[in-house]
Amino acid sequence: MPDGVAPVLSVRGLKTVFRTRGGEVHAVNSVSFDLRPGELLGVVGESGSGKSVTMMSLIGLLPSPPADVRAGQVLFDGADLLTCGADHLRGVRGAGIGFIFQDPMTSLNPVFTVGYQLREPLMTHMGLTRAQAQVRAAELLDLVGIPDAARRLKDYPHQFSGGMRQRVMIAIALACDPKVLIADEPTTALDVTIQAQILELVRDLRHKLGMAIIWITHDLGVIAGIADRVMVMYGGQIVEQAPVQDLFTRPRHPYTRALLKTVPSVRGARAEKLSVIEGQPPILRAAPAACAFANRCPQAFARCCVQNPPLYPAGPGHDAACFWDFDKDAPKDG
Amino acid sequence: MFTFTLRRLLIAVPTLLIISLVIFLLLEAAPGDPLGDVPLTVPPDVKEKMRAALGLDSPWYVRYVLWLKQFFWVEPLHLIDHLFGTSLGEGMQRVISFQSRQPVMQIIAERLPQTLMVVGLAYLIGVMIALPIGILSAYRQYSWFDNLGTFVSMVGFSVPTFFTGVVLIIVFAVKLQWFPSVYDTTLKVTDWASFKAQLRQMVMPVTVLALYNAAQISRFMRASMLDNLGQDYVRTARAKGLGERVVVLVHVLRNSMIPVVTVIALGVPTIFGGAIITEQVFKVNGLGQQLISSIHANDLPMVMTLTFIFAILIVLFNLIADLLYGILDPRIRYD
Ligand SMILES: Nc1ncnc2c1ncn2[C@@H]1O[C@H](COP(=O)(O)OP(=O)(O)OP(=O)(O)O)[C@@H](O)[C@H]1O
Ligand SMILES: [Mg+2]
Repeated sequence: MPDGVAPVLSVRGLKTVFRTRGGEVHAVNSVSFDLRPGELLGVVGESGSGKSVTMMSLIGLLPSPPADVRAGQVLFDGADLLTCGADHLRGVRGAGIGFIFQDPMTSLNPVFTVGYQLREPLMTHMGLTRAQAQVRAAELLDLVGIPDAARRLKDYPHQFSGGMRQRVMIAIALACDPKVLIADEPTTALDVTIQAQILELVRDLRHKLGMAIIWITHDLGVIAGIADRVMVMYGGQIVEQAPVQDLFTRPRHPYTRALLKTVPSVRGARAEKLSVIEGQPPILRAAPAACAFANRCPQAFARCCVQNPPLYPAGPGHDAACFWDFDKDAPKDG
Repeated sequence: MFTFTLRRLLIAVPTLLIISLVIFLLLEAAPGDPLGDVPLTVPPDVKEKMRAALGLDSPWYVRYVLWLKQFFWVEPLHLIDHLFGTSLGEGMQRVISFQSRQPVMQIIAERLPQTLMVVGLAYLIGVMIALPIGILSAYRQYSWFDNLGTFVSMVGFSVPTFFTGVVLIIVFAVKLQWFPSVYDTTLKVTDWASFKAQLRQMVMPVTVLALYNAAQISRFMRASMLDNLGQDYVRTARAKGLGERVVVLVHVLRNSMIPVVTVIALGVPTIFGGAIITEQVFKVNGLGQQLISSIHANDLPMVMTLTFIFAILIVLFNLIADLLYGILDPRIRYD
């Protein structure tokens, strides 16, 4: 990926807080990243690390209250989505940025036909008439690999299988040719063979349509297969980001290292036991003042408990938020 | 859907027959005598003749079958005669009220308009104010509007209509004298002045009942909206860039209406039953009042027929509610 290309989406210092009865939960803490045109950015992290909240904050999908997007900038198409106002944001949702959610069984409205739900964004954003939208909707269903597309537009979501529904969701997200597609664990709820089909579909569409994709997942195996670049999240922060190859060969954050050890390796010795990461991810009651991973980290030392590490460069396009220098196997100086 | 409807209608026949038998036996077993009001000075043999004239001398099963025949055969024939000017039912004995010696159906037909006008209108108005209140309360949950709505509907729901009715009468009829306290059933709307008088006398009973209905249905609407507002498909609709209006009034509302429509349909028979208490309070000469006075007078044919019509309506609207459910929710297929 050439540097110097203007990113399609640029996030700076994003902070999201939930106001709950038990006090504030700092779910996203100063997240900054860029998404380049055509790039597939993988986002990994344990449950509760703030992946979904980060992405939903970008386009204002979190219910407020309790969510409060407190600071930051989200630059897309020359506008800051956090300050641009509701009307502009609505124009971006669905048209500029498409979203796919985890659970295809509940993400479609049960009382409207699939055709209706596909036509909606087309008529709202592209000003198509009903008839034009119907034609385009059939093309879209065909594009995502649903046989007999024109006839299936009349069907209701419950008449589709889980995998087919997720294809419909993808068709809806792609309806208006978005520049960015955000997929929040789109295959987690599906069984393995369907998962593979959906991955294949996305890989295929990505080359056909040339959009940038943010792909959230728990599954590092999936990331290895499709991503260009990977972002690892922990405690509502980005703890490491790197080109995919680099991340797998030279992880520079203890959390990433631990995650990689939890993945069953196809080539590795079969007897090797999978390790699990001891302990629980934190629920942050305040913005982190120390490394959020320190209490679970084998490398942790005094500094980790009093200071929150910034992102240190660890190679070309590779940053890691850790005070430990894995090359020297010693604390970083400075 | 068609076979489902047909099947349900067929099942309804034995159900209703059993209901009619149960009602008949209950009335039979109830204490009280239709001739209880006859003066003691009337000699016993005359009383026996009066009893025979009412048909009370035959055993209960004979009278039950007779009633069945009159209700299901003679009355429909008379209705056809009435509508088309034929004379199919000529000379056949109709269901006759003990009290007034008039055909029961004729009395019901006279009373029905009052009830529909007051109770039916109140139901309609209640539904029409309940839906927007429920929608807005849910959308702005815990706002001052929602809290006010919760309070008002709690009051509307827990304070009995005879209390609100009497309070309204004292304030608006007695003190302020804006509205009449007694509903005049004989009033005929012929011109502007009588129309206004009709409106004025309807205001209070309709208000009392409408508030009561609205309190219930708005709570139901609110709960149903809240259920749906949290669903994933709402997030999808927002992620598609649809406006809040479309998200709430198309996507959420369409789903929320499914159970609410069912509840509204199930409530319709209560209109025909009349609002017994409210009709009493405002002296509306409707079916509810008729039922009460017939019970007092041991007017068995009247009570039997009214109660049974009420049962038919309940069975019918249960079916209608089920059918509406099937129409509104594509996941439900009855065939
Ligand atoms: N409505 C909410 N109220 C309070 N806290 C919330 C709410 N939604 C999310 N959070 C908190 O935000 C944090 C991040 O949640 P998020 O859903 O982004 O995790 P995730 O990385 O997407 O996890 P998963 O892989 O399970 O989807 C969690 O600690 C969670 O407790
Ligand atoms: Mg998530």
